[in-house]
Amino acid sequence: MRDNKRHESETRELFLDSTLESVDSAEELAVGMAQRAGFDDDDLMKIGMAVRESVVNAVVHGNRYSANKKVRFSVAQTPQRFTIKIADQGEGFNVEDLPDPLAPENLLRTSGRGIFLIRSFMDEFDLRRGESGGMEVTLVKYTVSK
Amino acid sequence: MSVKLNIRQVGDVTVIDVAGRITLGEGSSALRDALRDLVTKGQKKILLNLGDVSYIDSSGIGELVSGFTTVTNNGGQLKLLNLTKRVKDLLQITKLYTVFDVHETENTAIRSFA
Repeated sequence: MRDNKRHESETRELFLDSTLESVDSAEELAVGMAQRAGFDDDDLMKIGMAVRESVVNAVVHGNRYSANKKVRFSVAQTPQRFTIKIADQGEGFNVEDLPDPLAPENLLRTSGRGIFLIRSFMDEFDLRRGESGGMEVTLVKYTVSK
Repeated sequence: MSVKLNIRQVGDVTVIDVAGRITLGEGSSALRDALRDLVTKGQKKILLNLGDVSYIDSSGIGELVSGFTTVTNNGGQLKLLNLTKRVKDLLQITKLYTVFDVHETENTAIRSFA
C-alpha cells in the first residue's frame, strides 16, 4: 500500500486485494477526500456509488476475485478536478461490446447497469484497456463550475 | 448496516419491509432468497416496502428486476412501496420506474392487488 500526500492538492494511491471488502475501503477513501474537497451530499453519493460500481467491476469481472491480482486505486484532488482511477489486472474487454441497458430488449436484464450509472454520475468518464491488458477506468468530478 | 428484512402478511398480500443497503453480496442475496422462498411457497402477491433502504447499487437494482421477473413468471405480482428519492432517481435513470407498479401508501398498494 502506498499513500502519498501533497500540500494543496491531495493524491492517494492504494493497491487493493480483489475482495468485496476492498470496495468499502475504496469508497471510504474517495468519499472522505471528496468531503474535504467540499462536495455536497448529492455529489458525495454519486462519487461513492461510481467508485463502488467501478471497484466491483475490477474485483468481480476484471480480477475475478483472484488472490494473485490487485486493483490499483488512486484519488487525486486539485482545485479544479477530483479524479479517481481504477485499474484491474484482468483480461479486459472491448468497450464497444457493452450492451445498452436502456434498450427495450435489455431493460429486464439483471446486470449490465453499472457502467451506465457511473457515466451518469460523473462529469467525465473514460474506460480503456491498460497497457498490461486489464481495464483502466478514469472518473472525474469538477470541483469548480466550468 | 447491511440489509434487514421483515416479512409480514396483510390479508393475502405479503409485505417485505426492507431496511439498510441492497448491495452486491449479502444485501442482494438476502432479498433474492426471501423472494424465491415466497414464490416457492406459492405466494402470488408481494409488496416490497423500500422506505428504509438507505442505499442500493446496480446489483441491488438487478435483484429488484430479478424478483420482478421471478414473481411475474410464476403468475404473481411484485409491487414497490415507499421509494426514497435516491431509489426513485435510480429507477428513473435506468428506465425501470415504469416497469414496476410503484405506490406511495401501503393502503393503496394493498388495494391495487387484483
